[in-house]
Amino acid sequence: MVPTDAYVMLSMVLFTLGAMGVLLRRNAILVFMSVELMLNAANLALVAFARRWGGLDGHLFVFFVITVAAAEVAVGLALIVAIFRNKRSINIDELSQMRG
Amino acid sequence: MENYPQLVPLMILIPSVGAFVNFFWGGRLGEKWASRIGIAAAALTFVVALFLLAYLTGSHNEAVVINPPLFDGWIRLGDTTVNIPWQMRVDTLSVTMMLFVSFVGTLIHIYAAGYMHGDERFARFFAYLNMFLAFMYVLVAGNNFLMMFVGWEGVGLCSFLLIGFWFDKKKGVGWRNSTAARKAMIANRIGDFGMLMAIFLMFWTFGTLDYYRPGEIANVPLVEELAHKAEAKAEAAAPAASEAHGGAETAAGEAHGAEAAGDHGPAVPVFTNNDHIPTAQLGVFGQAERMLAEGHTVSFGPFALDIQAVIVIITLFLLLGATGKSAQIPLFVWLPDAMAGPTPVSALIHAATMVTAGVYMMVRSNVLFANADLTSFIVTAIGASTAIVAGFIAVGQWDIKRVLAYSTISQLGFMVAAVGVGAFGAAIFHMVTHAFFKALLFLGSGSVIHGVEHGHHHVQHGHGDHHHDDDFDPQDMRNMGGLRRKMPITYWTYVIGTLALAGIIPFAGFWSKDEILADSWLAGLWGRTGLAQIGGFVALGVLLLAAGFTAFYMWRQVEMVFHGKPRTEAAAHASESGPSMTIPLIVLGVFSVLIGFVNVPAGFLGLSNLLGKGELVHFLEYTLVNVHPYVPEGGVFNPLIAFTALALGLGGIFAARAVYGRNRAVTRTGRDPLAVRPDTGAVWELAHARLYWDEIYMRLFINPFNRLADFLADVLDWRFLHDYLHNDVLVRGFNTVAEALGRPVDLGAIDGVVNGIGRVTRWAGSQLRGVQTGYVRMYAVTLLIGVVFVIVLLLLPLLQAGS
Repeated sequence: MVPTDAYVMLSMVLFTLGAMGVLLRRNAILVFMSVELMLNAANLALVAFARRWGGLDGHLFVFFVITVAAAEVAVGLALIVAIFRNKRSINIDELSQMRG
Repeated sequence: MENYPQLVPLMILIPSVGAFVNFFWGGRLGEKWASRIGIAAAALTFVVALFLLAYLTGSHNEAVVINPPLFDGWIRLGDTTVNIPWQMRVDTLSVTMMLFVSFVGTLIHIYAAGYMHGDERFARFFAYLNMFLAFMYVLVAGNNFLMMFVGWEGVGLCSFLLIGFWFDKKKGVGWRNSTAARKAMIANRIGDFGMLMAIFLMFWTFGTLDYYRPGEIANVPLVEELAHKAEAKAEAAAPAASEAHGGAETAAGEAHGAEAAGDHGPAVPVFTNNDHIPTAQLGVFGQAERMLAEGHTVSFGPFALDIQAVIVIITLFLLLGATGKSAQIPLFVWLPDAMAGPTPVSALIHAATMVTAGVYMMVRSNVLFANADLTSFIVTAIGASTAIVAGFIAVGQWDIKRVLAYSTISQLGFMVAAVGVGAFGAAIFHMVTHAFFKALLFLGSGSVIHGVEHGHHHVQHGHGDHHHDDDFDPQDMRNMGGLRRKMPITYWTYVIGTLALAGIIPFAGFWSKDEILADSWLAGLWGRTGLAQIGGFVALGVLLLAAGFTAFYMWRQVEMVFHGKPRTEAAAHASESGPSMTIPLIVLGVFSVLIGFVNVPAGFLGLSNLLGKGELVHFLEYTLVNVHPYVPEGGVFNPLIAFTALALGLGGIFAARAVYGRNRAVTRTGRDPLAVRPDTGAVWELAHARLYWDEIYMRLFINPFNRLADFLADVLDWRFLHDYLHNDVLVRGFNTVAEALGRPVDLGAIDGVVNGIGRVTRWAGSQLRGVQTGYVRMYAVTLLIGVVFVIVLLLLPLLQAGS
């Protein structure tokens, strides 16, 4: 059986990749995808620990996360489409009207 | 019959309702109904008074005290310390007062309906008259001095309102009217001070203000005498019945009168004196008598006074009250000016009823006055001097009502002098007769004024509106003359009133004036002290002289107004007044002849066999302990005095005829015949100037008072209080303190803190706004750093625990 550590390590790698993507990319869609990556990294860690401890809590959380992520994707993509219509660009650095 | 006294609250209630209705709905009712309500209220009180008289005659004149419903315990502090009930007293004195007040009052109401016709405040006039009646009944029907005072002030208020009734007349006349009203108010306030002081002193001394408590017998000697008589009669009729009860008689005099007189009914003890009542439960007069007998001393805290001295002080204060209300020297000055009111007011309030309140009060307090020798002498002196002074001044007046006003003062002087010599019954008798003939004279003068005014209008209309003679005075007797033919009813009734006032036999004034004179003579002969004897003789002499003056000035008036030829167009065109005015004149004329017969003295041509001896005074004797000074029953007819008075009266009339008769009432230059003659000119001018009485008061009291008031207003109030204390000390001080507090504390500290907070906030905001870059990735980094930081914080304890 694959040890839990491996899953956790993979989860960390995925999460770090996601975080870096969020911080470094300027394309809104890519930022969005990176966020998904971070969510799935967390999901992986949750199911890995659930399997490790034999509980159902982790599975339950993961289902919730998947559901919420699906909703989030719908809202987020709609937002991006709306932004694109206004700005003809989805470069998030150009969305800085709220600067203090 | 026994329940009739229960009606006495109606005496006050009926005119109050009448006044209330006319106050609130009078304007809408119209003249006809407003006057009907007023007249009906007055007439109903007369009916009630007749019921009360019926009760008294049916119950051996026994006084009864009524507690009106809803008025239980009027003024009460604690259970016994202060208890002044609202009780009404039905006794022979109060019923006498009610009878003549309501009778004369009703006639004057009827008269006023005609006299006030067309006045813009017609209904209010009747409201005031009804209100006056209500207060007058409070005054006479109350059973304690405080109720008397309530009525006393109430009638004073109505007097004030009615003197100034025409306060809005044009050309300064309204101002003069309201000044007259205020003068009456102020003069009466001085008297009221005396009244109040007397009430306070009585309360301190006796602990009560009731005249007599319920069940107390006022005139003990009379009741005992009657009881003895009844007993003797019963003994003679049924000796056996009397013998059986003879043992029950006690030395204290508790006669079982009822039982002895009639054999029916159980043996209820009927008291003929007050010996069974403890002193503290007696009324003022009962206590005074008992304290005098015991030689009581009254404690006033730091000092104590003998009861005799206290009674002298109380009566002196009461006298001051009486001089105000009854217009005696020194406070009589308000009454002549009070003629500014409408004539029915002068007749009702300032001649017949209200001004007699002072005399009523002194007669009611006869127990006190009879036991205060010094006061009695002063009362005599004031009454007699007022009678002569006012009689003298009346000779020099031109105003028809002013002559009558001085005449009223003079006649009130007769009554007060009667009180002074101890002739309390005669004072009330003269009050009653005077009410009739003086009301008659005033109403007659009102009819004359009305007629002359009517003639004046007639003349004006005849000449067109070019001859506007607005200075025409319809009350000035110089503008009259020859009215005898124009106004026959007024003339004949006026002559009856004049003869009655002058004391010509058989008119009313003869009997009452003679009673006073005869009693003065007796007081002079048999007075207890030298002072009382001097007072009696002085009163006799001065009052005889005043009676001569009375006849003289009254006939002068008759000559000036009615005889001779008309002196103005207005008088020539005068016309008789309507029936609403002449009918009261006729009724009062008839009564001015007849009313004197209620008190015919004993021994006068056998008339007393027909009409009884001194019936009115005997009637009053059930209430008044002292009706007569030193007199046998029924009064004594003294032919010498009576015919001297009669001769003086006729002499006055003939003298006036000689001076003013045959169309010489006023000289061609419009002066009095006496003023033109060198030997009488100066004296007449003195009378005309009213002895400079008002001027002397002006100089002695009013001007110094005004100067003091000016000084206080200017120096104390304005310069010291306002300029110095208020402006300099208070305002400037306040400003200084405010200035000192304002700049450093308010502007510096408080504003500084508030503004400082604002500035710090704004600076912090401007510094922090740089953080808000608008770059999403920047926020994400910040978020990440924050998360990492929180995680480190969470993990740190684990790491430490692990190591």
